[in-house]
Amino acid sequence: MSGADIRLDGLQFAYPGGEPFHFSTSFDAGSFTGLIGPSGSGKTTLINLIAGFEEPASGKLYFDGVDAAGTEPAERPVTMVFQDNNLFAHLDVFTNIALGVSASLDLSGDDRTEIAGAMEKTGLSGYGHRLPRELSGGQRQRVAIARALVRDRPVLLLDEPFAALGPALRRDMLRLVSTIHKEREMTVILVSHDPADVKFAATHAAFLDAGRVMANRPVDAFFSASDIPGLQGYLGT
Amino acid sequence: MQTSAATGTKPAVLSGLTAMVCIGLAVVTPMLALIAIAPAMPDLSADYLGFVWSITRFTVLQAGLSTLLSVMAAVPLARALARQASFPGRQAILRLLALPLALPALVVVLGIVEVWGRQGWVSTVLQHTGLAGPLNIYGLTGILIAHVFFNMALAARLLVAALEQIPPENWRLAAQLSFASRHVFQHIEWPVIRSALPGIASLVFMLCIASFAVVLVLGGGPRATTLEVAIYQSLRFDFDPPRAVLLAALQLGLCAGLFALGGRMATDIAVMASVGKPARRPDQATARLTDTLVIAAGLSFMALPMLAIVLSGVTAPFDAIVSQTVFWRALVTSLLLALTAASLCLVMAWSLLAAQRTIMRRRTPSRAAALLMSSMQAAGSLILVVPPVVIGAGWFVVLHRTGLVNSAAPVIVAVVNALMALPFALRILRPAVVGQAQIHDRLCASLGLSGVQRWRLVDLPVLARSLTLAFAFAAALSIGDLGAAALFGSADFVTLPLLLLQKMGSYRSLEAAGIALLLAGFCLGLIWLAEKLRPEATAQ
Repeated sequence: MSGADIRLDGLQFAYPGGEPFHFSTSFDAGSFTGLIGPSGSGKTTLINLIAGFEEPASGKLYFDGVDAAGTEPAERPVTMVFQDNNLFAHLDVFTNIALGVSASLDLSGDDRTEIAGAMEKTGLSGYGHRLPRELSGGQRQRVAIARALVRDRPVLLLDEPFAALGPALRRDMLRLVSTIHKEREMTVILVSHDPADVKFAATHAAFLDAGRVMANRPVDAFFSASDIPGLQGYLGT
Repeated sequence: MQTSAATGTKPAVLSGLTAMVCIGLAVVTPMLALIAIAPAMPDLSADYLGFVWSITRFTVLQAGLSTLLSVMAAVPLARALARQASFPGRQAILRLLALPLALPALVVVLGIVEVWGRQGWVSTVLQHTGLAGPLNIYGLTGILIAHVFFNMALAARLLVAALEQIPPENWRLAAQLSFASRHVFQHIEWPVIRSALPGIASLVFMLCIASFAVVLVLGGGPRATTLEVAIYQSLRFDFDPPRAVLLAALQLGLCAGLFALGGRMATDIAVMASVGKPARRPDQATARLTDTLVIAAGLSFMALPMLAIVLSGVTAPFDAIVSQTVFWRALVTSLLLALTAASLCLVMAWSLLAAQRTIMRRRTPSRAAALLMSSMQAAGSLILVVPPVVIGAGWFVVLHRTGLVNSAAPVIVAVVNALMALPFALRILRPAVVGQAQIHDRLCASLGLSGVQRWRLVDLPVLARSLTLAFAFAAALSIGDLGAAALFGSADFVTLPLLLLQKMGSYRSLEAAGIALLLAGFCLGLIWLAEKLRPEATAQ
């Protein structure tokens, strides 16, 4: 399945007692955007709104032009990989991945083949019966990515899933996501606190500051630009 | 993609709402019945009012004294246990302090009579040494001993838990500043104890106000009768419903008033959870001797009655007990009641919690949702305000008019037992459910896991441990209950505690000791099994 385009039209949201966020931007189908910005700028809130974990107070969100208002997270064309707790600790790797195919675990022969394929692609072959606690941090995130593969939704949202990994491992994981992005032509949005990661893996970069999307451009244009308010201060250039 | 965001969440909220309404009906119906017959109250003579007043006064007096003594004994015991982190058998002592909560009150009363009664161990020692004559345990003294037995243990555990919350840095700081024991108390321990005490004291007071079995056996006459026991007597012996109504109204007013006053009641009834590993403290060595004495005194006070139950129980004529058909009838009735009550309790607890979990998922719940949420929380602890005997009395009056008392008795007792266990089940389950929700909610939402599928794949395996424990605790509470069952007991409806009460009343103390040991074994065995069997879902 190829990617969907995502459009945020004046999406407003505020945590109780907090400053309101106001998001307007769009992500092209099949693009890979890195979201950067200071903490508290609304990166995670933005993708939580897209995933349906938060309800906007006003504004519109469209997937391929279809209004997403009132749809449950599971109904949206979206898979999200969180920073942690992506897996059910009491279920083995295979079952954790299989839940992406069927919540009732009704699996056909084709489904099993597909799960095996996703495990192979993510380097998890032979780990099917392991429990999450028997895996390393990187392997656990690979399970989450394998599940995203079998779910096969047009949009993949990544909320700093590799932040806790070392630099080399992080590059490996980014390479994996980048490969999947190219093969499946998914729309990928990666929240990151490291601009180098974005340069490395993404096609686009977006900068958030104080609850607003200040810029969203192709990577080259983004990092060579000098007209994005607040970016230079954030990057320290 | 046009379905409402609310559709996926409605079933859970609906079932919580149903549970709430059922709890409300089970409690409110008998209250309305009591009010309906209230105008029939004729006798307001001075004698009558004097009688009611003396019962009310005694109820408050014994609860006040029990609370005072329990807390005064609990503070030094808790200090000693918290300070002596490496005391030999400390963990076992803490577990011993948790036992009374699961032991049937009637069984404990029997053990206390064995130790403190006219022919008990203490009296024997006193007489042999010529220090004093035999003790008379019946009346206020016995009630206080029994209440301190239950509540000193509870208060001490809650206090130890509070003291162990003190961050280890405080102890290092105390060592650096060379605090003496009294400085430690003044600057570190007392502030913690002081903030925990009001909650603990009001909880203990509440439990003593509603105490039934202890007062029924150890009290006597209008001089030592509480409202609960008087309600029971006015329905079972004098059959005077109007008097029962007046007493029930007083009891209800007292409990509701206290509940309103003591809004800070200790909400964490540490059920059987083991207390964590405490910090090593600098003042451990200096206080070792006094602490050892305090712990030894507390330990013997707690352990002697339990030992008495075992010692007199093992020599009981079990062949005579098991040859009586009434014993087997009582056993089966008690087990069936416990099973029904515990299942009902878990269904109610789960419905309430699942609904609250669903409502909590919204970061900003609407006013209606917030109201629903607090009503559900109130429904869970309604039984603390409306004592079981009052509910039972209401149903008794309703059913008596329709002639259904005997046939409905098991149902009513099971429902009341389930309600009694509900606050405890919620205490055990709530932290587990809330913690689980924080970890799994978003994942379940994104995978579309909800309802039965979520229950089967996620909730059940992750919460199995807490669910089993809650079930066992509810079953133990129901097996040991006397309050609800006593009102409805008859030749056709006998539970083990009722049988025990009969044996005690007819001076068959050997058989009584055997039944008491069996009851204690059932209750503790259930909890022990639940702790052994519960499979632990491991955290990631």
